[in-house]
Amino acid sequence: MRILIVGGGTGGTIVANNLARRLAGEIRSRKVRITMLSASDQHMYQPGLLYVAFGQMMPDELYRKQKSLLEACIDFHVDPVDEFHLDQQTVKTISGKSYGYDVLVIATGSRIVPKEIPGLAEGAETFYSEAGAVKMFKALRGFEGGKIAIVVGVPHKCPIAPVELVFSLHDYFKSRGIRDKVQIKYHYPIGRIHTIENVAKWAKPAFDNMGIEYETLFNVKEVDVKNSVVMSEEGTEAAYDMLIAIPPHRGMETIEKNSLGQGGWIPTNRYQLTMDGYDDVYVLGDTTNLPVSKTGSAAHFQAEVVSENIASKIKIGAPVREYDGKVYCFIETGHDSATYAMFDYVNPPDLKEPNKPMHWFKTSYNKMYWASVRGLL
Amino acid sequence: MSELKTIDARNTFCPGPLMELITYMKQANVGDTLELLSTDEGSAGDVPDWVNKVGHDLISSEKIDGVWHVKVRKAK
Repeated sequence: MRILIVGGGTGGTIVANNLARRLAGEIRSRKVRITMLSASDQHMYQPGLLYVAFGQMMPDELYRKQKSLLEACIDFHVDPVDEFHLDQQTVKTISGKSYGYDVLVIATGSRIVPKEIPGLAEGAETFYSEAGAVKMFKALRGFEGGKIAIVVGVPHKCPIAPVELVFSLHDYFKSRGIRDKVQIKYHYPIGRIHTIENVAKWAKPAFDNMGIEYETLFNVKEVDVKNSVVMSEEGTEAAYDMLIAIPPHRGMETIEKNSLGQGGWIPTNRYQLTMDGYDDVYVLGDTTNLPVSKTGSAAHFQAEVVSENIASKIKIGAPVREYDGKVYCFIETGHDSATYAMFDYVNPPDLKEPNKPMHWFKTSYNKMYWASVRGLL
Repeated sequence: MSELKTIDARNTFCPGPLMELITYMKQANVGDTLELLSTDEGSAGDVPDWVNKVGHDLISSEKIDGVWHVKVRKAK
């Protein structure tokens, strides 16, 4: 039995390690082999980028060698997949090698595409890449006052990030003693300040208390870099001295190139996490087209279902679990407090009052992630 | 050729039905019709609000067996 995992991010890595433990006997007796193909020999803890943008973490704290995170029995190659031949149960990599499989797991993730919005890449700061986060920190450090506009592309990874950004900006300028010189205006694509109704209800008075201005139904269309103005699809515009963008995302190019899913999002069964039409292909994390948050947390919970079902199909010939849509998101509410949102397909999040211990838990989790991705938490 | 695409955003809290619709509207061609399925009561109001503000065409909006079916044509 050949299990091939394409993608070495949060979801792929947890699936690989979880399977390596569940199928330890089968691997020892050479009945099962696990192979992972990834685009990089490094693994990045992406939520740390927000801290880099505020000078609270250094970029090198965000990385580990991918090989060091994997169980020793996992055959790991830095050789991304170029062609998927699902009907022949093979993939072909950039280096020209072919890999056959009996079970395929696709966890290739997503990518930022700021260039889809004219002027955004040139005109806006962002913290969705290492280089962007460092650049944003330097821009914030040199900012002495004026108007900051926040815009949000669709779709985007980590839907809670726009709200966290607002709280962090408020605390950052407060700590520098210039909060009164900085006007922060938040622009959001739908008709309330966050897509989760309970988050919007909770955040609105908090924004009001912090003096945050906001405009809803604002989908960024274009940035006039020369005149420092951002325009919306809805026909409004906002002038800025600094523009910060949550960039729009797409699935990976190889998914689109192989016609596996429009926009790079693969049509996926929301409970079994199998690709529509292929019982031997599992999809998880950002790669799915599911109406679920694109976050490491969703990938984590999905990875547990995928690995448990692959293992049970090998052991007893049937899957044993369904994904219930579970997501757990920390919400940093500034530099010394946090809360969280936990929800699934049926139950909406019930937000608790932000507190310091939850912030400490989040900062601890920034280190605990490495145990989590090894499948130990 | 224009297409009809169904977006199944039933039982989702994040990113939510309207955010899903915006995602797929960006990928659609002018003239395509998208049908949004939503169990969120707010969709009956916030989807038409956005469609009208941005200038697309709201074709229909009806509740069938507890599910909102909202059809929108991409106009620009």
